[in-house]
Amino acid sequence: MEQLKFSYPARSPVARRVHVGVVGSGDLEILLEPSADQQAHVTVTTSVAGFAVVWRHVLDRFFSRFDGAAAIEINDAGATPGVVLLRLEQAAEALRE
Amino acid sequence: MSFRTRQSFIELAARARARALLDAGTFRELLGPFERLKSPWLALQGIVPQADDGVVVARGRIDGAGAVVLAIEGAYQGGSIGEVSGAKIAGALELALRDCERGVRVRPVLVLETGGVRLQEANLGLASIAEIHAAIVALRRHVPVIGVVAGVVGCFGGMALAAALCSCLIVTRQARLGMNGPEVIEQEAGIAELDSGDGQEIWSLMGGEQRVATGLADVLVEDDCTSIAAAVRRAFAGGAPPRSEAIELFRARLAAIDPQQPPTPAELRALWGREVAR
Repeated sequence: MEQLKFSYPARSPVARRVHVGVVGSGDLEILLEPSADQQAHVTVTTSVAGFAVVWRHVLDRFFSRFDGAAAIEINDAGATPGVVLLRLEQAAEALRE
Repeated sequence: MSFRTRQSFIELAARARARALLDAGTFRELLGPFERLKSPWLALQGIVPQADDGVVVARGRIDGAGAVVLAIEGAYQGGSIGEVSGAKIAGALELALRDCERGVRVRPVLVLETGGVRLQEANLGLASIAEIHAAIVALRRHVPVIGVVAGVVGCFGGMALAAALCSCLIVTRQARLGMNGPEVIEQEAGIAELDSGDGQEIWSLMGGEQRVATGLADVLVEDDCTSIAAAVRRAFAGGAPPRSEAIELFRARLAAIDPQQPPTPAELRALWGREVAR
């Protein structure tokens, strides 16, 4: 198990909380809520250690399109980068609904 | 029912299952994921915790009456019951009991998708399962306690006892219900006893259809949200005494079986299927 933290600049406020996913094999859960400052903060707890660079790449890509000031908690049970990105997009979509 | 019109209940995660059982628009979650009531023990053992510890506590209405649905998330740690997830279920049942004692009827539904106790939390999980058992027995004097086992995990171990204590147990063909799971039996007694890879054999022994045919579960339903929600509503209308009160009947049934010559699944249906337990 490994815990990773990332921060990204943000422009728009986040109005509410969103929860998606399950910490099931190959999946993850995301808790997204308004952050305390004008930045986005991501805390990843993952069952698979040693993939900090891959997490950075996946999150870089997500935050190239998402500018919400969100505090995001990710609890991961070995999801592939594709699944991680899909879950993040799902959370962002739920935020817009 | 055609594939097109069916909406699978099995494919839903626990939160969506609870929503599917409650009257539309009445779902309200207690101790949800943002309360972050997680297991304090799993991270110490290198296991990623889930924010709701794998149990959804949902208040709402069933046919207009107050209800509480306790749905276990089978995809998280096999739906295992730890200190927190068990306390969420036991606590919610105890609150429902307190309401019933004050004359406010609350309809309890357990959506059981669980391998039983969470081994990493051992005695704490077992203690909470005992509290769940006690709460079901106390609560069913006031209101039927309805259990649903849909599948994919099934319902095993101490939580199979909880299922057996329910006033009415609703299962699908995909459900499995048993004390020990097939993998545990194979590991402990050898592959000659049970091949855990043999789906047909396993379902013939502990599948939902067999459990209903032998009187160990009550209602067989299709894997469809509307059908399961309707079966839950019918179960609250029924007032039959819980199966587990028929102690002498089951003692006599067990006494008539020679463990050295165990009956086949078909023979067990013939033995137990004719008599109605209740």
